[in-house]
Amino acid sequence: MNEPVLQMKDLHVDFSTYAGTVNAVRGVSFDVYKGETLAIVGESGSGKSVTNQAIMKLLPQPPAIYSSGEILFDGKNLLDLSEKQMEKVRGKDISMIFQDPMTSLNPTMKIGKQITEVMLKHQKISKNDAKKRALELMKMVGIPMPERRLNQYPHEFSGGMRQRVVIAIALAADPKLLIADEPTTALDVTIQAQILDVMKEIQKSSQTSIIFITHDLGVVANVADRVAVMYAGEIVEVGTVEDIFYNPQHPYTWGLLGSMPDLNEDRDQRLRTIEGSPPDLTDPPKGDAFAPRNPYAMKIDYEQNPPMFKVNDQHFAKTWRLHPDAPETEIPDIIKNRYLQYTGGDN
Amino acid sequence: MVKYIGQRLIYIIIALFIIITATFFLMRLAPGNPFASERTVPPAIQESLNEKYGLDDPWYVQYGEYLVNTVQGDFGTSMKYRYRETNDMIAEGFPISMTLGLEAMFIAVGMGVLIGTIAALFHNKWPDYLMSLIAVIGISVPSFVMASILQYYLALKAGWFPIAGWEGFIYSILPAVALASTPMAFIAKLTRSSMLEETNSEYVKMAKAKGISKWVVVFKHALRNALLPVVTYLAPLTAGIITGSFVIEEIFAIPGMGKYFVTSITNRDYTVIMGTTVFYSIILLLAVLLVDILYSFIDPRIKLRGGKSGGK
Ligand SMILES: Nc1ncnc2c1ncn2[C@@H]1O[C@H](COP(=O)(O)OP(=O)(O)OP(=O)(O)O)[C@@H](O)[C@H]1O
Ligand SMILES: [Mg+2]
Repeated sequence: MNEPVLQMKDLHVDFSTYAGTVNAVRGVSFDVYKGETLAIVGESGSGKSVTNQAIMKLLPQPPAIYSSGEILFDGKNLLDLSEKQMEKVRGKDISMIFQDPMTSLNPTMKIGKQITEVMLKHQKISKNDAKKRALELMKMVGIPMPERRLNQYPHEFSGGMRQRVVIAIALAADPKLLIADEPTTALDVTIQAQILDVMKEIQKSSQTSIIFITHDLGVVANVADRVAVMYAGEIVEVGTVEDIFYNPQHPYTWGLLGSMPDLNEDRDQRLRTIEGSPPDLTDPPKGDAFAPRNPYAMKIDYEQNPPMFKVNDQHFAKTWRLHPDAPETEIPDIIKNRYLQYTGGDN
Repeated sequence: MVKYIGQRLIYIIIALFIIITATFFLMRLAPGNPFASERTVPPAIQESLNEKYGLDDPWYVQYGEYLVNTVQGDFGTSMKYRYRETNDMIAEGFPISMTLGLEAMFIAVGMGVLIGTIAALFHNKWPDYLMSLIAVIGISVPSFVMASILQYYLALKAGWFPIAGWEGFIYSILPAVALASTPMAFIAKLTRSSMLEETNSEYVKMAKAKGISKWVVVFKHALRNALLPVVTYLAPLTAGIITGSFVIEEIFAIPGMGKYFVTSITNRDYTVIMGTTVFYSIILLLAVLLVDILYSFIDPRIKLRGGKSGGK
């Protein structure tokens, strides 16, 4: 692949709370390449949002502490930049789409102004040109009658339309990287599909890199080039979509895949969930954080945190079962055929 | 919008009618009458007085007459001070009271919003604690105590301000500050908490993610939303300032309307009580209407429509 746009190296983020220090992100590393979509998946609380808000340095300090690591973007470590320097990165080089379009727009500011604001901040552009560009953007993300819509307020838009506005804002200054934190979770299914289409379109035409955070592996299969699986503040497996769906290696990834609804079995769909709950990150376990919930756990899982094992050039998993001395464990069958269902193939 | 205001004016008239009627009958129920104060008046004189002011007429005649006069904007002659028209008292006293009241509101809103905003922006840092302290003092010290303290230290001791009277702008400063202190503290608390809420909201985070700097986010995005509860408070604030000024005018010997109102009550000066009450009611009802209109300008989600209220 081509050169990375963003490189995260061993990022640690803590929160100091009354109950103690929460190690929310514990050594996360990944690259995002030009024009690709990297999906980050994982259960609630696994640190997806914190990791990504760290890129924008949007976490309020205190309570957040960027304890160590590097976030390289354009040859600079974002963690070293001052607030003033970060303002020039936010919205211009890296922009963000938030989860809930019902709350992420200012209720008392006209839509047009919320879009042009970004351009006026980052680009040398007249108010009039900014407005023209806003109209273009609104057309691009599929908002009908943009001239009229420009002067309306958020409450006059439906949820799906608002998320289109948010996307237009995120794209306004031609960012190199777009971070979408569960951009479709708050929307109903048909609207979700439309929003995903808009995002795919945009990526095709603009070559923007996207980090796509989601719970929904169905969405991942649909949009992502590569997938990073997070658990308890760590990335436990990363690979291409094919690697993750055809050849998953980490038992947690199996659990996630297993908990996807089975499209062919419409009767009595009891969702299979992963038993147990994630560890308390004020006092992270010394071994593999997933061990207590892992039916395949070995003795060493409780004692030592596994390193990343290489599966192929792009596929890595952080589990002792990949150690040469570990006993063979088979990938459960039902996991294997999920991918086919979700990509429209038959099994 | 026009339809809405028209509708509201009709409501105001209905409300006024109820207020007029209620004051009229409550006053009849209260013991005593204007001529039954200090000395006992000979029965003959009492009778002729009663007749002169129509106090002997059956209640419905008095009530009917009163309604007609009030609608014509005539609040009648004082029963205590001969040749004093209630309308004249209002015309003399109201401009003074209004000057004082507006000045106090200006201080209360301006300073309150400023203090509240600063406190929110420095949440849990020393400016926040300082501002909270000021607010607690403002809320817990009654305005008449505040007035006496200001009068004693800043006027009597330091001599920076005149002690009392009403002969120019400088005379209005201490009473306005005393009158404003409690509502100012209240507005500061209100602004602080709503500002905190707004600065933690998603759209503020989004504005930051757009690269907008902290202060611009506060003033262009958060402030307008944070002010909505303050605007709602403006109507009760008006009421508070009006009632507060009864006492403050007394302390600073200001010849405003408050003085007439208070003395008219102790004197059971029916016509003046009724006149000032109705007048105050009109002011308050208009203030409420004005606040609603203002609110609809600030919050686009509120649409002023006739019939059912629109928006969310
Ligand atoms: N301000 C904070 N103070 C203390 N702990 C925090 C704070 N913000 C996040 N955390 C902790 O960091 C961890 C990761 O949270 P994060 O929001 O990144 O999860 P997530 O993977 O995005 O989950 P979700 O799917 O629910 O959005 C959680 O354990 C959470 O409790
Ligand atoms: Mg999240």
